[in-house]
Amino acid sequence: MRYLPLTDTDRQTMLGQIGVGSVDDLFVDVPASAQREGTVDLPRHLGEMQVERQLSAMAAKNMTASSVPFFCGAGAYKHHVPATVDHIIQRSEFLTSYTPYQPEITQGTLQYLFEFQTQVSELTGMPVANASMYDGSTATAEAVLMAHRVTRKSRAVLSARLHPHYTAVVENLSEMGGFAVAQNRVGDASKVSEAEDLLALIDDDTSCVVIQNPDFFGNVSDFSALAAAVQERGCLLIAVVPEIVSLGLLKRPGDMGADIVTGEGQSIGNGLNFGGPYVGLFAAKQKHIRQMPGRLCGETVDADGQRGFVLTLSTREQHIRRDKATSNICTNSGLCSLAFTAHMTLLGGKGLRHLAQLNHAHAVQLSQKLSAIEGVELLTPAFFNEFSLRLPTSAAGVVEALAEKGVLGGVPVSRLSPDAGLNDVLVVAATEANTQEDIAAYAAALKEVLA
Amino acid sequence: MSEKQTFSGNRGLQLEEPLIFEIGSYQNCGVDLDDVPDVASCLGDCAAPGNADLPGLSEPEAMRHFVRLSQKNHAIDAGLYPLGSCTMKHNPRLNEKMARLPGFSDIHPLQPQATVQGALELMDDLAHWLKTLTGLPAVALSPKAGAHGELCGMMAIRAAIEAKGELATRNRVLVPESAHGTNPATAALLGFKVDGIPANAEGRVDLAAFKEKLGDDVAAIMLTNPNTCGLFERDIIEIADALHAVGGYFYCDGANFNAIVGRVRPGDLGVDAMHINLHKTFSTPHGGGGPGSGPTVLSDRLAPFAPLPFVVSGEDGFSLVETMGDARLGADENPFGRMVAFHGQMGMYVRALSYMMSHGADGLRQVAEDAVLNANYILASLRDVMTAPFDNGPKAPCMHEALFDDSFLKDTGLDTLDFAKAMIDEGYHPMTMYFPLVVHGAMLIEPTETESKASLDLFIATMRDLVKGAKEGDMARFKNAPELAPRRRLDETQAARNPILRWHEPTAKAQAAE
Repeated sequence: MRYLPLTDTDRQTMLGQIGVGSVDDLFVDVPASAQREGTVDLPRHLGEMQVERQLSAMAAKNMTASSVPFFCGAGAYKHHVPATVDHIIQRSEFLTSYTPYQPEITQGTLQYLFEFQTQVSELTGMPVANASMYDGSTATAEAVLMAHRVTRKSRAVLSARLHPHYTAVVENLSEMGGFAVAQNRVGDASKVSEAEDLLALIDDDTSCVVIQNPDFFGNVSDFSALAAAVQERGCLLIAVVPEIVSLGLLKRPGDMGADIVTGEGQSIGNGLNFGGPYVGLFAAKQKHIRQMPGRLCGETVDADGQRGFVLTLSTREQHIRRDKATSNICTNSGLCSLAFTAHMTLLGGKGLRHLAQLNHAHAVQLSQKLSAIEGVELLTPAFFNEFSLRLPTSAAGVVEALAEKGVLGGVPVSRLSPDAGLNDVLVVAATEANTQEDIAAYAAALKEVLA
Repeated sequence: MSEKQTFSGNRGLQLEEPLIFEIGSYQNCGVDLDDVPDVASCLGDCAAPGNADLPGLSEPEAMRHFVRLSQKNHAIDAGLYPLGSCTMKHNPRLNEKMARLPGFSDIHPLQPQATVQGALELMDDLAHWLKTLTGLPAVALSPKAGAHGELCGMMAIRAAIEAKGELATRNRVLVPESAHGTNPATAALLGFKVDGIPANAEGRVDLAAFKEKLGDDVAAIMLTNPNTCGLFERDIIEIADALHAVGGYFYCDGANFNAIVGRVRPGDLGVDAMHINLHKTFSTPHGGGGPGSGPTVLSDRLAPFAPLPFVVSGEDGFSLVETMGDARLGADENPFGRMVAFHGQMGMYVRALSYMMSHGADGLRQVAEDAVLNANYILASLRDVMTAPFDNGPKAPCMHEALFDDSFLKDTGLDTLDFAKAMIDEGYHPMTMYFPLVVHGAMLIEPTETESKASLDLFIATMRDLVKGAKEGDMARFKNAPELAPRRRLDETQAARNPILRWHEPTAKAQAAE
């Protein structure tokens, strides 16, 4: 077997040195009733070529984003990832290293984590960021728990326009942890501001208000006034950024007064991958660092006085604090954060703005083309690279019909929120990856489907 | 050995590398982007005034920056990485190639399900392999890592307790003192009271102490098997039976599944829930600390509470059950909710399945046997010079990892940390240190099955030399170590006391002082 170096001769020699007769003697502690003769009922080993053949056949059954006009978003976005990024993350020294427990021989990982934290801090406008979380949804759920710790309260208020999966993840973790969640009613997607509704939901036990910008429907807005009003009530404002490229053009959540910023970093450096692995972003204010979840990398010096980096403030973490830890989290999303940092380094602030402008321009063009079709209404007056349309019929049906025409036209709200009464609403994203031909093809196909 | 100081700070191929922010330019960009079409902006009141304050690097500069950083890392591809409980095995490159097939990497989680039938088939196949290998009837694929899988399993247990109306009274979780820190952290996160169980003199759960702790208020035990001392819990079936008799659930931490994969099915041991680290047992890369993946297998008692989403197959092919209101959910199915956006770590599913198919049922059994053989070979080759706390000769083998304590360093003036740092100078990544907590100065060595005998022999020889050096009083070799790594020992106290968690532009004053 190609992954196993021991030969039968090696095995016999080693068993002899150990002082046992057979490998079965090494499993003597397994109860007799659980000892199995022979192998489990699964196929036998395969050569590389056979594995590749079988998995390629499976892969070929899927319609890839690059092969068709593609406009799905809703928390996962199709962006071009430079070839350099994929090469860097496949470097053996990054790919096959572990969590940097021995900092003297993992400075490579530690330095890019420090660079990642700096980039996330700068993009979000927050003083500190951690070394990444599993994804945007789990980062948001952890942010809510952190707000409870900081304020010593136990109820969260959620925007109606938080990504429905994020809402579900927050609700699940909160309910299981014995905390309360109040979500604003799922309202009309076009309603410009829900600030008053959110403020009305705050009670004495509320620790935080969670909003998303751009929101699930694509709306963007300056939430400074809401943040100030939330803080006046003794609560933290948690701002969720589902599309990190938006920060190339939008006001930074930190500058608008957010206390905690979470986000999905997939768009920079990471492919769609059918939903994972992605990279959760988590940024907060300096005064709250000891309440943050997840790994933190910090600067220090070595015995010769040279600058170096270590994992730090680990007294917050489970391997030290056990049941008193701020979170049960152990790994972060290391390699995905490296992809993020490598891509972000290639872009720089200047390139990110250019990329964001392209995204926005394509979305504006697409929104104009699609909303010109009879019966189609644009619901989002201000947006970044994603917007919502009200269709004259079921959005899910339209998406299926578009797919048959070879256009992946977006995400129907009903797929995520079947009970929201928004069956006619479609969320559509455009990025730099879309060509003018893609945009024209979508408009033509939608016109046909609705005719 | 040359002590030569260089002008540049570089030492031959070992190159110093500044931070991006110290070498990048605010004008530079390493990506060529299309011209922006001329359209009116629709950003409302949310438009930012200017660029993010981040420098860029051209492509050659970026490549050099990250390659130089990479050369400061130890990695399994470069050498033995015997971190106990981490299963640092070879990561096959076929897995990387398969995960990058556009049919898996370039599909959106919410595109119509008719357009992703191959992806759903792969998830269904992976689920079949995991269920068969563990002998358990259900699996939740979506947890993002081991600790997240623990959370999933304990959430399912909590949901089952709630369904029986016992949530108020059944709230104590038993956790052995040798457990991973994630176990008590997970139980506490869900509002359970954590109650420790001591280890007995042979490094296993103290059965009598465990039975004394049992009662109607016990929700679960969280037990790692093989345990973190590298030992199979001999009484595991008796533990499971006694626990089930009082209505509790058996959560098994599957971090050490590599020791028994293909040979022992956790379902045959009475396990109700167990997470599987695809990044340990099934060879997906650790990536410097993630991304992991922690599918969680569930017993019949817990299967009805499995979280959303999951794949079902029918006449029209495969589809996902994604929402609570899904009409296909049976009356007895009551998912406890959702743990993640979308469907989990698809990229890791592909890699893990590619690995399983490569090994097959026969190869996976050999994996467990070779992993256990390698660990016992290390134990047998070092027990005369180091001290193995629960060792009792060849009749009492360890499983996939060999545990030593620091008593062999008694009177040398050295501790486990010193010994570990000296290993770095010898070209080895140290073993897991100071864990498990049940022995003093623990050194937990897990070689995995992907080390050759020649590699183990070199490692053993080096370890024996180091022990000899320690006992002969060669203090400097240990106290000053590492001296040959990219950095010497780092000041962790300063890092924690005055946390510097991001780069800041040096102030004019500080610059003038330099």
